[in-house]
Amino acid sequence: MSEPRRGDGENPPAFISEYGKPLPHPSPTSAPFWEAARRHELSLQQCGACGKFMYYPRPLCPHCLSDRLEWKKVSGRGTVYSYTVARYSPTPAFKELPFVLAIVELEEGPRMTTNIVATPEQVRIGMPVTVAFEDATPECTLVKFKPA
Amino acid sequence: MSLKRKAAAIGIGEIKPFREPGNETALSLMAKVSAEAIADAGLEKKDIDGVLNAVPFTDPAGFYPASFCEMIGIEPSMLDIVDTGGAIGTGMFWRAAAAIDGGMCNAVLCVGGDLNRPTGMPFPWISLEREFEWPYGYIAPTLGYALIAKRHMHEFGTTSEQLAKIAVDQRTNALQNPLARFNDRPLTIEEVVNSRMLADPLHIFDIVSPQCGASAFVVVSPEIAKRSKHPPVWLLGAGECSDHSVISYAPSVTTSCVKPAAEAAFKMAGLKPADMDMVEPYDCFTITVMVTLEDAGFCKKGQGGPFVMEHDLTYGGDLPCNTHGGQLSFGQAGFAGGMSHVTEGIRQLMGRGEGRQVKDAKLAYVNGNGGVMSEQCSIILERQS
Repeated sequence: MSEPRRGDGENPPAFISEYGKPLPHPSPTSAPFWEAARRHELSLQQCGACGKFMYYPRPLCPHCLSDRLEWKKVSGRGTVYSYTVARYSPTPAFKELPFVLAIVELEEGPRMTTNIVATPEQVRIGMPVTVAFEDATPECTLVKFKPA
Repeated sequence: MSLKRKAAAIGIGEIKPFREPGNETALSLMAKVSAEAIADAGLEKKDIDGVLNAVPFTDPAGFYPASFCEMIGIEPSMLDIVDTGGAIGTGMFWRAAAAIDGGMCNAVLCVGGDLNRPTGMPFPWISLEREFEWPYGYIAPTLGYALIAKRHMHEFGTTSEQLAKIAVDQRTNALQNPLARFNDRPLTIEEVVNSRMLADPLHIFDIVSPQCGASAFVVVSPEIAKRSKHPPVWLLGAGECSDHSVISYAPSVTTSCVKPAAEAAFKMAGLKPADMDMVEPYDCFTITVMVTLEDAGFCKKGQGGPFVMEHDLTYGGDLPCNTHGGQLSFGQAGFAGGMSHVTEGIRQLMGRGEGRQVKDAKLAYVNGNGGVMSEQCSIILERQS
């Protein structure tokens, strides 16, 4: 059998720069998140009605549908909820292998899709991590994590 | 209100999945299996008054059903797409039954087909995934299921060997299926766990292989079912659920919404998992089958590993599972892949399982799963006695 594909690899990602890999294209809803990341701050929306934090940025609170959402700078601390070591390129853009894709559970509650900046051997489920900003381009900073 | 015995499947059409598209298109494959299913049902094209389409992953488009119907010359009084990924096939069955029960139509053609490489417009992924998943390399479903498998191993001690057992038993089934893409040799657990690791802990034999292919089935009213040349296969129950799209934001990574979907289906049918003669759980990956068997109630949560080792999942075993080989050995034709579990359930209950026929099969549990455990649709099917 050859390498499985779902066609994903052949769909050119819509937003590519000289950086080579897909980059976020902020919406009016998410722009404050990416602007904070550029300042190397992790900022999440907190609901003024039910108090819960959320990730990714929402137009309304997914817990109670309130529109009283406030941006708050958060700790940047969390733990690895699950991870995988990718040993193949999901698209041709991801040439540097292996890389660690992870779900990080933030101290404030929400989970995030992210990368752990570490060797695969260092990563364990439950390990404490802290935010590690990666300036992908002068305009865009990605929110990754490293062992705490 | 219930859909129990409100509609039955009386015909199927299917193509043996293949690797190279050659001169075929997703539309040409869908046309072929549609003609086959209509003939198998003993109907004529003019009898088809409902159409449900799976939009091909490799040639996506809007306004799909009208274009499809125009192409093959059907003028339906009910037409729509079902857009729940691998849960499309099971989702089509209950939607067809609901439309028939509601008086909108009498004979619904359910059809999907796909190639293994894009030929049309790029698939229109939602901006949310492009913004929050793609930059981190989370693009392919393989990585999402690896995140599930890793956590399942962490919480419950599940092993690669236990996952491999699923692929091995399903391959044994495929050896008796002339339509399976991979039916030329058996697999062993050692071979699976020693195959190339693509995304820890998933090996290449834990993962489906994309193929070209198509499947179709025809669901009809009780009046038409009475005249069927094959034993009608009745819908006894259905349940559907979605609790996330991207696995990172699921309420639980290891417990899926197969649970509420299966519970609803069994409740409507008035049956329980132990009543089933066979199961057809969607299997894009081995871990998908394990989580589905747990959450549908065939074993306790977290016990899927020991469960698959203790039970014989082959067609002659104590829990026949994915008797067509599953997509792991049958092949996955994009969004039509999940339909193969439905056609196999129908085939077996009609008694047309050939060398892999499950003895006295009367009841089947079929589950469709879309995305990364994101959409679930369970149905219970019954052979008319």
